Amino acid sequence: METINLRRFIIQAIIILLSGVILIQLFVMQVTDESYAAMAANNVIRDVTVYPSRGQVIDRNGHKVVNNEAVYDIIFIPKQVQELDTNKLCKLLDITKTDFVNSLKKVRKSKGYNPLRPQTLFKQIPGNVFSKFQEYLYQFPGFYTQVRAVRSYPYANASHLLGYIGEVNQQQIDASEYYEMGDYIGISGIERTYEKVLRGEKGLKKIIVDVHNREIGSYLDGEEDKEAVAGKDIQLTIDINLQSYAEELMKNKKGAVVAIEPASGEILTLVSAPYYDPNRLTGKKLGVEMAKLKKDTLKPLFNRALMSGLYPPGSTFKPLMALVGLEEGAFGPSFGYGCGGGYRLSASQVVGCHGHAAAYNVKEAIKHSCNAYFCRAFYLVLENDKYHGGRREGLTKWHEHLADFGLGVKLPVDLPNTSKGMVPTSAYYDTVTYRKEIPKSENDPKWKSNWIISLGIGQGELGVTPLQLSHMTSIIANKGTYYYPHIVRPNKWDTSSIYRTPHQVNVAKKYFDVVVDGMESVVIGGTARIAKIEDLAVCGKTGTAENPHGEDHSLFIAFAPKEKPKIAIGVMVENAGFGSRYAAPIASLMIEKYLKGEITEKREALETKILEANLIK
Amino acid sequence: MSTKKVDPDWLTIFIYLLLVAIGFLAVYAADYNDLYPKIWDTTRNYGRQFVWVGICMFVALIIQVFDTRFFTAFSYLIYGAVLLLLVATLFFGAEIAGSKSWIKLGFFNLQSSEFAKFSTCLALASFLSNKKTDLNNYKHQLIAAALIGVPTLLILRQGDAGSAIVFVSLILVLYREGLSGGFLLIGVLAIVLFISSLLFDFPYIIGILGFILLMTIIMSQGLNFRSMLTYLIPIIGIFLGSIYLEPLTFLIVLGIAAILFLFAAVISKSYIVGLLTLTLFCSIYVKGVDYIFNNVLKEHHRNRIGVVLGTIEDNKGVGYNLNQSKIAIGSGGIWGKGFLQGTQNKGDFVPEQSTDFIFCTVGEEFGFAGSCTLIGLFIILMLRIIALAERQKSDFSRIYGYGVVSIIFFHFFINMGMTIGLVPVIGIPLPFISYGGSSLLAFTILLFILIKLDSERLLYLR
Repeated sequence: METINLRRFIIQAIIILLSGVILIQLFVMQVTDESYAAMAANNVIRDVTVYPSRGQVIDRNGHKVVNNEAVYDIIFIPKQVQELDTNKLCKLLDITKTDFVNSLKKVRKSKGYNPLRPQTLFKQIPGNVFSKFQEYLYQFPGFYTQVRAVRSYPYANASHLLGYIGEVNQQQIDASEYYEMGDYIGISGIERTYEKVLRGEKGLKKIIVDVHNREIGSYLDGEEDKEAVAGKDIQLTIDINLQSYAEELMKNKKGAVVAIEPASGEILTLVSAPYYDPNRLTGKKLGVEMAKLKKDTLKPLFNRALMSGLYPPGSTFKPLMALVGLEEGAFGPSFGYGCGGGYRLSASQVVGCHGHAAAYNVKEAIKHSCNAYFCRAFYLVLENDKYHGGRREGLTKWHEHLADFGLGVKLPVDLPNTSKGMVPTSAYYDTVTYRKEIPKSENDPKWKSNWIISLGIGQGELGVTPLQLSHMTSIIANKGTYYYPHIVRPNKWDTSSIYRTPHQVNVAKKYFDVVVDGMESVVIGGTARIAKIEDLAVCGKTGTAENPHGEDHSLFIAFAPKEKPKIAIGVMVENAGFGSRYAAPIASLMIEKYLKGEITEKREALETKILEANLIK
Repeated sequence: MSTKKVDPDWLTIFIYLLLVAIGFLAVYAADYNDLYPKIWDTTRNYGRQFVWVGICMFVALIIQVFDTRFFTAFSYLIYGAVLLLLVATLFFGAEIAGSKSWIKLGFFNLQSSEFAKFSTCLALASFLSNKKTDLNNYKHQLIAAALIGVPTLLILRQGDAGSAIVFVSLILVLYREGLSGGFLLIGVLAIVLFISSLLFDFPYIIGILGFILLMTIIMSQGLNFRSMLTYLIPIIGIFLGSIYLEPLTFLIVLGIAAILFLFAAVISKSYIVGLLTLTLFCSIYVKGVDYIFNNVLKEHHRNRIGVVLGTIEDNKGVGYNLNQSKIAIGSGGIWGKGFLQGTQNKGDFVPEQSTDFIFCTVGEEFGFAGSCTLIGLFIILMLRIIALAERQKSDFSRIYGYGVVSIIFFHFFINMGMTIGLVPVIGIPLPFISYGGSSLLAFTILLFILIKLDSERLLYLR
């Protein structure tokens, strides 16, 4: 009996002791420890992100090019939702029930889902739908709205250079301290290069909510709040009307047009055709439209003006070839060379040329675009006696001059994804063996000048982007002084901008005079008479780039007026034949439009012909 | 016969009613919402709980009408029927929150494991009250263990580890009825070693065990060279083995050594060899726990234990529930924030706040004063049940009484302990307080069978 009582006592003791442990722990937590009360207070402070408005964009004349349009995200806190009338909600928001179920599933599956925290159920509900919903919002406890902005484009132009914005992806979130799920970021064009300027800085508002999640007021009178900083507006160097006109001209064609103001390096127009309406890549339709554009075999998303470095410049390269030869002293301005229907490489090989009057000097050679003349010019540059390193050094010199003019280098333009094109170096030819011959000495490389002679007329391994073509033209127009091409005026926020420093190419001004005279004669009486504009001294040069895959590409470079040029332009139309056929009229019409404001009656027929031409089968 | 009938124990019934009332208010507070202030709204937890309270009162009355002999005579039958129910749940049960322990009955979900508690108590009482049963006979020990073990395993199979662990508490009943106290001590040793094996590295634990062993030997035998040698060689062996051997290899080597030492101990009857055998088994246990913890247990089990032991600090992920629960209770202060004024509960920061974490509501809204009251009520109830059990003339009633107190105590301690971070989060309800029809009904039946038995305590039951 005694042991039994002992056992009863032990069991009672266990119960009392362990209950005592709980009481002691509770005493410590509830009475002595104050930190829990502080933590509880923290729990009822909610962080609310304040989104800044994204900067707007105007063109060089102050026309609004990119606007913000208010849309509304529908947010809900799952735990607060009471007896949801799904049918009514769907009807008010103009969505199907399947959509509703799908987004709900997506929300529940998303990383970091917490039913106590706000979750975004629908994104970018347009204003007209939202205002209907707002009236009934009170019937949906737990539902809130958040104003966001999507871009809208009053002019349906300039899609490639403006770019678009979309939601950040996981990689971008991981890589930055700033972005959070659901934030927008510039994905291409200036939206991307000027992301930090345009986006502003998000703000943070701390609010106290009560037991029932109602907002009571700001925490610490807003002391710890962070104001949102609105994004800054930016001004483009683009003339949106000229851009729009260029796009009209390039309709149903493949190619690119880039116009630059030579005195400043400001890009006036940048067109890549085919283009698309930038309004397609905004708001909810972004995904669908993006998929369509990606599937399009004409590659409208591809920015031909910057990204394609595969176009040989053809004869538009000849003015630069002349400048290099003159500067290097390979020949003088009055150097003449008999054409005789082509440049003779050997007994059997000839670089062909068309029938034209004699090229008795540089100016005439440019006017008639003589192939033989420029092959010889290139030969003379390579085999120049003043180079002790032989033709290898000659090619290097030539390469350096081209780089000065922006060819074969990545231009520091303020747009993403620019190609540097292709200008071969002597090292390149050293590795590419044309024939298995062993070089006789160090200075006598495996390759011979005549094997690469077509570089002199802008063919062969030479590749440029339309932007480089225009930039080169702009330098010639400005007789050697240049600014890096850019699309956004830097003056507002950046005094140390690279776009405000002038640069100088290493060619004497007197040689420019010769070449510019030649380019003027091209329009007056040479290969591009079609580009002539009354009362305006237009200088130009046609080009026809051989294309092994189809019809030749039509090229044209031009600037006007001859003295104090206001516009330099490069046009490339794929598979359009001679430079004088499409590229020259397009450039000429643009110059006329830009400098005169309108097209003269005489040239309306030409304009109509170009507008209506369809080169895309 | 009627002369032997006495009044039911009004004190127990009074405390029961108080607890149920507190429980209902707590559930109401936990689930309270401005939009639905009506108490009888059956779409809300508290509305349903209200209905359940009514049902429980009715069932409690019905039990008082039964003849007490019904419980003694049919104890095994009831036990068998509930086992069948547990098996049926395995086949037809609905899976809710990862465990298949519910049978859908249309108007409510029946949690069969709740009912296994009183049925096992009845069967155990029947078996132990048999005059032939002797708990020092290992055959009878095995039968008793089987009576407890079968429902435990079935519930474990359902995936509800929390409810299964509850049955461990019935060891108190066995202890009261004559099971050697050694079992209780082994249980305590097992828990201490379990926790230390997770907190400390193996060499430290063996070092401490070895030191205790050394002191024991010196105290009993003095500085005897032979016994020192017998002692040191295996201890150093274990120490080196733990460092140089792979965990699994080490466990196997230890196992073989332990069996050899066991034989040696039995043959030589040597005191030191016996102690060394015990040390070896302890080593296997400690290393085994470590191994199972790291290689067999699932991530979420590891995390729950880790959070309580403080080896894992994670207030947003795994520890979220516990942390929020502690904040709610801790912020209650001495007097609490007042009924329906708890910010943490209303803000829905505390998960499972009307079921497993119901104590948060009491702790936050009524503070330390409220907590003391609730704990005090539970202590009075448990001690009263022991007193009831001890005043029974029939063994059956006494044993059943101890069964009732064991199960209530285990639920009470584990549930309260987990909300304040004393024990790992094991999902079992707080008796009479937590929301849930099955739980409330099962605890009512458990308690009111005892009240019925007590009301006829002058009767001898066979």
